[in-house]
Amino acid sequence: MTGNHQTLALLLFSVFVAITLGITTWVSRNRQGSEEEFYAGGRLFSPMENGFAVAGDYVSAASFLGVPGLIALFGYDGVLYVVGFLVAWLVVLFLVAELVRNCGRFTLADVVASRMSERPVRIAAGTSSVTVSVLYLVAQMVGAGSLVALLLGRTGGGARAWTVIGVGALMVIYVSMGGMRATTWIQIVKAALMMGGTVVLTVLVLVRFHGDLDGLLLTAAERSGHGDAFLAPGLKYGGDLTARLDFVSLGLALVLGTAGLPHILSRFYTVPTARAARRSAIWSIGLIGGFYLMAIVLGFGAAAIVGPEALRESNAAGNTAVPLLALDLGGGADSTAGTVLFAVVAAVAFATILAVVAGVTLASSASVAHDLYASLRRRGARRRGEVAVARAAAVGIGVVAIALGLLARDLNVAFLVGLAFAVAASANLPVLLYSLFWRGFTTRGAVWSVYGGLIPALVLVVFSPVVSGSPDSLFPGVDFQLFPLENPGIVSVPLGFLAGWLGTVTSSEPPDEAKHAETEVRSLTGAGAV
Amino acid sequence: MQFSNGRPLEGAEDMRYRDPWYDALASGWGEGDGPAVPSAPVPAARREGRTGPAGGTAAAEVYLEVQRSAAFQEVRSRYRRFVVPAVAVFLVWYAAYVVTATAAPGFMARPVAGAVNVAMLAGLGQFLSTFLLAWAYARHARLRRDRAALELRWDTQELTRGVRDGVS
Repeated sequence: MTGNHQTLALLLFSVFVAITLGITTWVSRNRQGSEEEFYAGGRLFSPMENGFAVAGDYVSAASFLGVPGLIALFGYDGVLYVVGFLVAWLVVLFLVAELVRNCGRFTLADVVASRMSERPVRIAAGTSSVTVSVLYLVAQMVGAGSLVALLLGRTGGGARAWTVIGVGALMVIYVSMGGMRATTWIQIVKAALMMGGTVVLTVLVLVRFHGDLDGLLLTAAERSGHGDAFLAPGLKYGGDLTARLDFVSLGLALVLGTAGLPHILSRFYTVPTARAARRSAIWSIGLIGGFYLMAIVLGFGAAAIVGPEALRESNAAGNTAVPLLALDLGGGADSTAGTVLFAVVAAVAFATILAVVAGVTLASSASVAHDLYASLRRRGARRRGEVAVARAAAVGIGVVAIALGLLARDLNVAFLVGLAFAVAASANLPVLLYSLFWRGFTTRGAVWSVYGGLIPALVLVVFSPVVSGSPDSLFPGVDFQLFPLENPGIVSVPLGFLAGWLGTVTSSEPPDEAKHAETEVRSLTGAGAV
Repeated sequence: MQFSNGRPLEGAEDMRYRDPWYDALASGWGEGDGPAVPSAPVPAARREGRTGPAGGTAAAEVYLEVQRSAAFQEVRSRYRRFVVPAVAVFLVWYAAYVVTATAAPGFMARPVAGAVNVAMLAGLGQFLSTFLLAWAYARHARLRRDRAALELRWDTQELTRGVRDGVS
C-alpha cells in the first residue's frame, strides 16, 4: 500500500474526529448536568435517530471488517456466524426493549432492583454489567490498535500503542464531556457513514458482476480453491465434535447475549416512550439486517475479486478484505477512485471503533455510578453528585481500558467479544427475564441468578483452550486447560437460569405480590415511566 | 399532564391524538401509515369501581387493583398470545439452523439451483423470518395493544396521583 491513500485516510480520520469533537462541544454548551441528561440524553431522541444509534452501537469493527473477511476466507461459515447477531434482535424486540424502557430509568439494575431488596441486587447486576462492558471494551481497544496499524501500514509497536491511547483519550472526552447526547450523535453519524459506504461498495460489486449473484457465488467458490464446499458450512466451524459444539455454544451466546448487553439496553432509555423504543428496535433490525446482507455480498465479492491469496498475505484473519476490495473496485492502487474508496473504508472503520467504545464506556460508567457507587457508598459519607461520579468513572474506565489494551495488544483476544456475549447471556438475561415475567422471583433468586451465570462463565473461560494449553492461547507456555470449549455459553447460560430458580425456591422471603403487580403493570402499560 | 382535570372517565377514543408523546417523530420501518383498525374495545380499569384506600401501601394497592382488572388482563394476554409462540418459533428455527449446519453439513450443501444450495436458502430464510416477525410484532402491538395500554397508563397514573394527594 502506498502513501497516498494512507494520507487521505488520515485526513478523513481527522475530519471525523473534528466533527465528533464539534458535536460534543455543541451538545454540552447548555449542559444542565442532570442524570437524565447524562445517562439518557434527555430521552427525546426520535425512533429513527435512536435506531441509527443502536445500529451504530451494535455493529463493531469486528462486524464491519471481520465478517466480510471471514466470508472471503471461509465462505458460508461467515454467513452462519452473522445470522446469530441478527436473530438476537427478536429477543430484544419481543421481550426486552419496551418493557425495560417502561420499568427502568438508566441501567439494567433499575429494572431488577425495583422489585427486590435494592442493595444486593444493584451490586450484583452492576458488577456483571461492568464485567461485560470491560470485556467488550478491551476487545475493541486491542482491535483498534491492530486495525489502524493494518490500514496505515505501520505495524510498529509504537504506532499501535499510540492508537490505543488516542482512542481511549477520545472516548473519555466524548463520554465525560458530552454524556449520552454526544455519544448518540456520534453513533448516528457513524451508522450513516457505515451504511453509505457499504451501499456504495455493494452496488459496485453487483455492477462488476452485472447483477448476477449466481455468477458472483460461483466465481468466489472457484477462486477460493474449495469449490462447492466454499458455499456450504464446515470450512471453519466444521472440525471435530468439540469444534462443532463450540459453534453451537457461540450461537446460543450471540442470540441470548444481545438482550443483556448494557450498552444496548441503555440506548432504549433515550426515547420518550415504549412505543418509540419498539420503533427504534424495528429501525435497527432493518439497518442491521440490511448491513449484514450487504456484508455477505462484500465477503463473497472480496473472495471473487481480490482472491484469498492476496487477502491472506495482507492479514491472516482476513480483516483487510473490505479495504482491499474497495481499492480494487475503485480501479486499483494507482487510481484516484481506488485511493478515495480505500480511505473512506478506513475512516469508517475508525469511526466504528470510536462510536462503539464511547457507547460501551458510557454504559459502564452509568453502572459504576448509578448502581455500584450509589449502593456501596458508606453511609454518612459526603454525597457527591451522581453525574460527577459517572464522569470520573468514565475517566477511570478509560484508563483501565487503555492499560488492558496495551497489555493485551500482542495477545490473541478474538474470543473476548464472544465471551462478553456469553457473560451477558448467562448473568444479565436470566435475571432480567425472571424479574419481568416471574411472579415468585425473590431477591435471593436475583442475586444467585447473576452470580450463578457470571462466575461459571468466567471460570470456564480461565480453564478453556483460549487461556492455556494450545498454541493460540493467551499463555501458550502453560497448560491448565480442563474445559474443552472456547465459548462457555452452552453451560453457563443454563446455569444462570438454574441458579435463579434455585435461589428463588430456597429463599425464605415470600415474593412480594404488590411489587410484582407494579412491575407487570408498569412494564406493559408505561404507567409511572420516566 | 394535560389530562389531570376534566378528562372524561371513559370513551377516550381520541387519546392517541392528544398524547404529547404520541407524535409521529419519524415514520417507523414496517409500520404503514394506514388508519389504525380499531381493535376490540377493552374495558377500562376504572370500571371496577374502587373505594379509596389510605395509608402508605395505597399506591401498591392501586397496582394490584389494576393488575386484577379485566382491562389489564386483556392487554397482558394479547401481548403473551403473540410473544410466546413467536419466541418459540424463532428460537426453534434458529436452533434447527445452527444444529443442522454443524451436524449435517452434507444436507446443507445439497444444490438447489445454480450456485444456490440448501444452506444459502436457510440463511436467507433466517433473515427473511427475522424481518417478517419484527414487522408482524410491530403491527400487532400497534393495532392490538397500544391504545388499551395507553388508557391503562393514564388511568393508573391518575389513581396513584389521587392516592398520593390523599384525594380519592
